[in-house]
Amino acid sequence: MKNFLQKIPEQVKRLSVLLIVVVVVFIVATSLLTPKDFGLMGHYRADAIKINADKKMQYAGQEACADCHDDMWKTKNAGFHKNLSCEVCHGPSLNHVNEPDQFKPDKPRDRIFCPVCHEYNPSRPTGFPQILSASHNPRRICVTCHNPHNPTPPQTPKECSACHAEISSAKSVSSHMDIPCTKCHEASEKHKLHPREYLPTKPTNREFCGQCHSQEAKGDEFIPRISMATHEPRYVCWQCHYPHLPEAQ
Amino acid sequence: MEELIQHLTPILQEVWGYIFPNEIELHWGILIVLYPYLTGLVAGAFILASLVKVFNVKELQPTYRLAMLTAMAFLIVAPLPLLAHLGHPERAYEILITPNSTSAMAMFGFVYAWYLMAVLCLEIWFEYRRDIILWAQKEKGIKKWIHKIISLFSKDISEKAIHFDKKWVKIITIIGIPSAFLLHGYVGFIFGSIKANPWWSSVLMPIVFLFSAIVSGIAMVLILYMIITPVRGKQLDILCLDKLASYLFYVMIIDFSLEALDFVHRVYESEESIKILAYLVSNKLFISLVVIQLFMGMLIPLAMIALIKILKSPPDLKKMVYFISAILVQVGIFSTRWNIVIGGQLFSKSFRGLTVYKITFFGLEGFFASVIVFCLPFVLLYILTKILPPWEEARNS
Amino acid sequence: MENKIIETDKKVERRSFLKKIAILALAPIVFGFLGSTDKLKTIKKWMLENGYVPSNHKWGMGIDISKCIGCGRCAVACKNENNVPKEPFFFRTWVERYRIYEDGDVQVDSPNGSIDGFENTRTTNKKMLRSFFVPKICNHCDNPPCVQVCPVGATFKGEDGVVLVDSDYCVGCRYCIQACPYGARFLHPETHTAEKCTFCYHRIVQDKLPACVEVCPTQARVFGELNKKSSPLVRFLRMNKIGILKPSLNTEPKVYYSNLDMEVR
Repeated sequence: MKNFLQKIPEQVKRLSVLLIVVVVVFIVATSLLTPKDFGLMGHYRADAIKINADKKMQYAGQEACADCHDDMWKTKNAGFHKNLSCEVCHGPSLNHVNEPDQFKPDKPRDRIFCPVCHEYNPSRPTGFPQILSASHNPRRICVTCHNPHNPTPPQTPKECSACHAEISSAKSVSSHMDIPCTKCHEASEKHKLHPREYLPTKPTNREFCGQCHSQEAKGDEFIPRISMATHEPRYVCWQCHYPHLPEAQ
Repeated sequence: MEELIQHLTPILQEVWGYIFPNEIELHWGILIVLYPYLTGLVAGAFILASLVKVFNVKELQPTYRLAMLTAMAFLIVAPLPLLAHLGHPERAYEILITPNSTSAMAMFGFVYAWYLMAVLCLEIWFEYRRDIILWAQKEKGIKKWIHKIISLFSKDISEKAIHFDKKWVKIITIIGIPSAFLLHGYVGFIFGSIKANPWWSSVLMPIVFLFSAIVSGIAMVLILYMIITPVRGKQLDILCLDKLASYLFYVMIIDFSLEALDFVHRVYESEESIKILAYLVSNKLFISLVVIQLFMGMLIPLAMIALIKILKSPPDLKKMVYFISAILVQVGIFSTRWNIVIGGQLFSKSFRGLTVYKITFFGLEGFFASVIVFCLPFVLLYILTKILPPWEEARNS
Repeated sequence: MENKIIETDKKVERRSFLKKIAILALAPIVFGFLGSTDKLKTIKKWMLENGYVPSNHKWGMGIDISKCIGCGRCAVACKNENNVPKEPFFFRTWVERYRIYEDGDVQVDSPNGSIDGFENTRTTNKKMLRSFFVPKICNHCDNPPCVQVCPVGATFKGEDGVVLVDSDYCVGCRYCIQACPYGARFLHPETHTAEKCTFCYHRIVQDKLPACVEVCPTQARVFGELNKKSSPLVRFLRMNKIGILKPSLNTEPKVYYSNLDMEVR
């Protein structure tokens, strides 16, 4: 053993000692500094789950309001705003649930809040109730006519254009401008109150347009006529002709 | 936080197209540009030094020890910009104690430590050991103790021990070459493995990083040798300079080919990101990429060195051309790092917009801080040349 | 004879010295091990007390593009619930508007992440072909590139599929922010750690909905569990043709879009 140790070059001895010191220091430091909960459930501190889960909530969730505001809750759930959470309009209200007298939720009563959803924007889905706030009863705040918990308009809209403004404006400059919407779309009055539950009809076949546009149709002379048999028989008319602006190329 | 808000608000107006809202803040700034630049110099200087020991390129002998010390100086300073950039530098040790094995950044910490300790320090130790012992014997006071500690209190300078030292310098250099490749190729991999960023995500990234590192390393040693030698009142060895310039030339050809390949490949495949990247290069990056990186940093030095080689030139002209080329190369390689790091963050991952990078003057990520970080390795190199003089005259015969 | 005694003395000295070093080195390792079993008990106890066992759940979200009206209430609620800085540079969720014109041109915008609403002013005379809103959020990927690149293990995917950030451990290197293909992450300007949507983890462990799902007026966002047939999310996945963002990157996101358009990145 001693002979073996003597044969090892001096450099190797010195470097080995240094290496062992470095390794030991590294191992000791690692075990001292690694957090106790690291690696228990994966390559992370298991405590982090608890830290993320223990954060304070600000929103109560709409079920929480039902406990005290039962009447308003029932009203809301029967009207058009039934899918709205109370806190969309009233803001985060968990502190109000915990201490009702100390914290009061917001009550937006201006003309700026409702248009956040209801202002007309061509990117919004068709049929979503939208208004142009500049021209829609300009000086009155929205809640004057619309109870926010049951926002049914005070008067049922007379025209289809009240909700389908984009379509209406396209049609109003087209050759179909004098045709009432109901000529092609059968809609019951119920559609105005429950739009998604009672949908209007849409024409389903070429013969429908043919009522006015086929060679044999009875009607004014200036209505363009085509031969139903030879004019693109494999397509329905509206695959090429936008019915609300048929002259568009 | 106020500073950050004030910094970001004007940038909102300068966004072109659409960027994801969180992308307004450029996350890796000039400090992260500096980092691959500094480690590149390490790898390059080391590869140069290895040419001497492993491939017995005798002409480069005068630069061997200087190249090793240069590598050491830059390697010690390189983690500094990384540390300064962290949100919590005081937690930096976590990378070493709980490294995530799937993270290139974490594994790189160990590659770095391996290279620093097992390759660089060890090779310098074996190379200098005999001289350190002899210096320690002659000196007094604190210098004596510094040398004694560095030598790890070894005393053996017999024929057998010296032979052992020389053998191991060669072995470590041989291990060191792939280690140097790994060191800087890894930095390239840290960027190249980000599939979310099409400017970075490329198989060629580690290779391009490596070869541009070698280019910058050789150029840096050339510059240092050309400055330090006359300052010390010695004569420049023209054969050494010729050899350095030759190797610089060859590696630049390889580097240029790789970057050209990357370009051709991108344009030919014409993937989804090509439109926004083409817009990026032709607008935001035109000056830094086409003018500085390509023209000034690559084509002009190549042309100049080629001309010098073809036409028989007087030594003074050669020296001037080599020096100017090397400076241009440094600027070009720094610009390369800039174009990769900053360029990759200037375009949005929506592929529909570009943002801007506004560098501040003061602050930890500012221009002045970067200049200081860049100068530190030279200061450290000066200190190292005082402790471990690389000059011929300092050697004990 | 004396030499031998001195030598043995030295040997004994050396041995006891080495023993001391070994104990000094091993002690913290042993104590560390004992401590960690203690911590595991604490966490298991927390789970039992709160009735929440992560491995029983697999959370995901469904988003119906055709229902979103771009009102921005989700972005507002998220910032309120999670104390996200109100400045327009930090978002855990945001809504984008896509306007596709007849000549193929696509305009995308997200002013203050949709919190300030979308301007209706006509910026071009081109006719619009399609237009819609796309809510964006952290996708809580099953193969998350952000978790893959975190050097220290500060971000992770929990047993319930939610990708979370450990703010007390994060070093702020920003690698995860670079790696996220969806731009979902940001660096919090005050804590200097990475942050992103957590599916309102503190709410879902208590049987509540994330804030953005809670306030959406058109129920464009659906939240639920992927492994329970009774979950509204599973019905969403059954009734709709589903799209995900950036499928070629194989991140396996758990936010599923219905009626997703080809122009959405």
